[in-house]
Amino acid sequence: MRYVLFLSIMLVCAQAFAQANLEGVWENLTILHEDWPDRLFGPELGDYTGIPLNDAARFRAEAWDASLITLPEYQCRVHPSDYVPSFAAIRIWEERDKDSQQLIAIHTHHFAWGTERTIWMDGRPHPPDYALHTAMGFSTGKWDGDILTVSTTHLKEGWIRRNGVPRSDRATVTEHFIRHAGHLILMTVITDPAYLTEPMVRTRDYVYQENQQIAAYPCEPVDEVIREKGTIPHHLPGTNPFLDEFANAHKLPKEATRGGAETLYPEYEQKLSGKK
Amino acid sequence: MKRKIPGAFIIVLALAAFAFAQQNQNLNNVEVHLLPVQGNIYMLVGAGGNMTVQVGKDGVLLVDTQFAALSPKILAAIRTLSTGPIRYIIDTHFHADHTGGNENLRKAGSTITGGNVSFDIRDAGEGAQIIAHENVMNRMPATPAGALPTSTYIGDLKKLFFNGEGIEIIHPPAAHTDGDSIVFFRRSDVISTGDIFLTNSYPIIDLAGGGSIQGTIDALNRLVDMIIPVYGQEGGTLVIPGHGRLSDFGDLLNFREMTIIIRDRIQDMIKKGMTLEQVKAARPTRDYDPLFGTNTGFWTTDMFVEAVYKSLSQKK
Repeated sequence: MRYVLFLSIMLVCAQAFAQANLEGVWENLTILHEDWPDRLFGPELGDYTGIPLNDAARFRAEAWDASLITLPEYQCRVHPSDYVPSFAAIRIWEERDKDSQQLIAIHTHHFAWGTERTIWMDGRPHPPDYALHTAMGFSTGKWDGDILTVSTTHLKEGWIRRNGVPRSDRATVTEHFIRHAGHLILMTVITDPAYLTEPMVRTRDYVYQENQQIAAYPCEPVDEVIREKGTIPHHLPGTNPFLDEFANAHKLPKEATRGGAETLYPEYEQKLSGKK
Repeated sequence: MKRKIPGAFIIVLALAAFAFAQQNQNLNNVEVHLLPVQGNIYMLVGAGGNMTVQVGKDGVLLVDTQFAALSPKILAAIRTLSTGPIRYIIDTHFHADHTGGNENLRKAGSTITGGNVSFDIRDAGEGAQIIAHENVMNRMPATPAGALPTSTYIGDLKKLFFNGEGIEIIHPPAAHTDGDSIVFFRRSDVISTGDIFLTNSYPIIDLAGGGSIQGTIDALNRLVDMIIPVYGQEGGTLVIPGHGRLSDFGDLLNFREMTIIIRDRIQDMIKKGMTLEQVKAARPTRDYDPLFGTNTGFWTTDMFVEAVYKSLSQKK
């Protein structure tokens, strides 16, 4: 009997030890990374490469006018949880029950916009459809060995890329937090039945920081442009003059810059070659 | 001789048919759910338009009443929150999916009476007070007397204090209909918009009921002014839409953005001399159709485009 009890305790401990400790401040590797434009400068207009977007999303992106974010009510709009990890440092910490030491939740704080999110680890269900959607969404997590897998629903509408490519409020997101010693990989899989024809996959890489602090991120909207009340900057269909800039600057075929699932795969290069 | 049936009349028929169908559908399987919002406020979800329930020491106040067949379930849900009397019902507009339960829920409540009255008022306290804009009364001629508003207002504002908070009942002219009311619970910081704002449909513009696209946009702009988020576009004032999920500033901004962009596109097409059929064929809503569009039901994408087109054309 004593042996069984000992074995049980060991198994429970082993399971707990298999879970990685993700706590601490992690700085993302922002230099020489394939997602660099997404991370700081912002992507170029008309660059939809690498995105399996559908026609509706493309049409909407082509109508997008960067002046939109000069509207006071848009200036402090936070990056959604599936996009915000692109920016600077994040802090991760655990919330445990004091007595049982059971993991209740894992929290993340993001430098960009100072947003915080909760990943519930206590098995609670997701809210009903009619509950509030937020930029961070509602997340639950589970351990797959030492990989933290997170499922997120109830997202407010966001963006796949900061040049007008939308991500709808119907999207769901699966993330995998994978720690290798001082490195952390965050893999994000976005499934959007409204605007993507197949899941959009991204990875971000972070390095553990022993001494880094994360600064505050205050934001106060101001009137940048005087406009008539209720004006929404946008391009009418067929009038956006900036859509070809990216293709021209990088000497890419215009159709290849418009994205779509087909353009993600090596066979597309052969298709383009065949056209030449 | 062939007579042309006005589109607005068709829309009214469609709305009426929808309401009739909803009234007569088997609502036995509909579940009624309460969602805590904040402060004194709950959102009640069943069939038809969302209801708002405010509870407190003075009793219960309801915004809208869904369908009559659901009244027992709605009452049962309310009683899980409060045993107090239903004192007020506020109708956001006249459509049956928002007013169908007026009579039943009114009967379940009572009005505060007394004071400086010299006549026999023994029955004056029977039933809750139903508050609505005057145009709601005008649009409900065939409604049983017990379901009609008992207190109407004209102008753009009626004020009420109930359950420890000020309540603003705001009338935006010619939006979803010509009798809309926005209900703002000031202490709880919650706004009930009626069908001016929806999260699961294009704006429903009841032209025959006095609605218009510009009035809808004006009302949405007014809501934008009323809402104070905590940070960015989130938190702070919460918004209960006429249909769809609980919302906040960001959701309302997205809906307004879509409405204005489509208005601008159709306006531009009208300026170019395009006919309604040409506008429909150009699919000015194609980027938002995955979110709001439908080819079936009582409010299709085509009906929305037609309503915007006609509303803008009427303006000339």
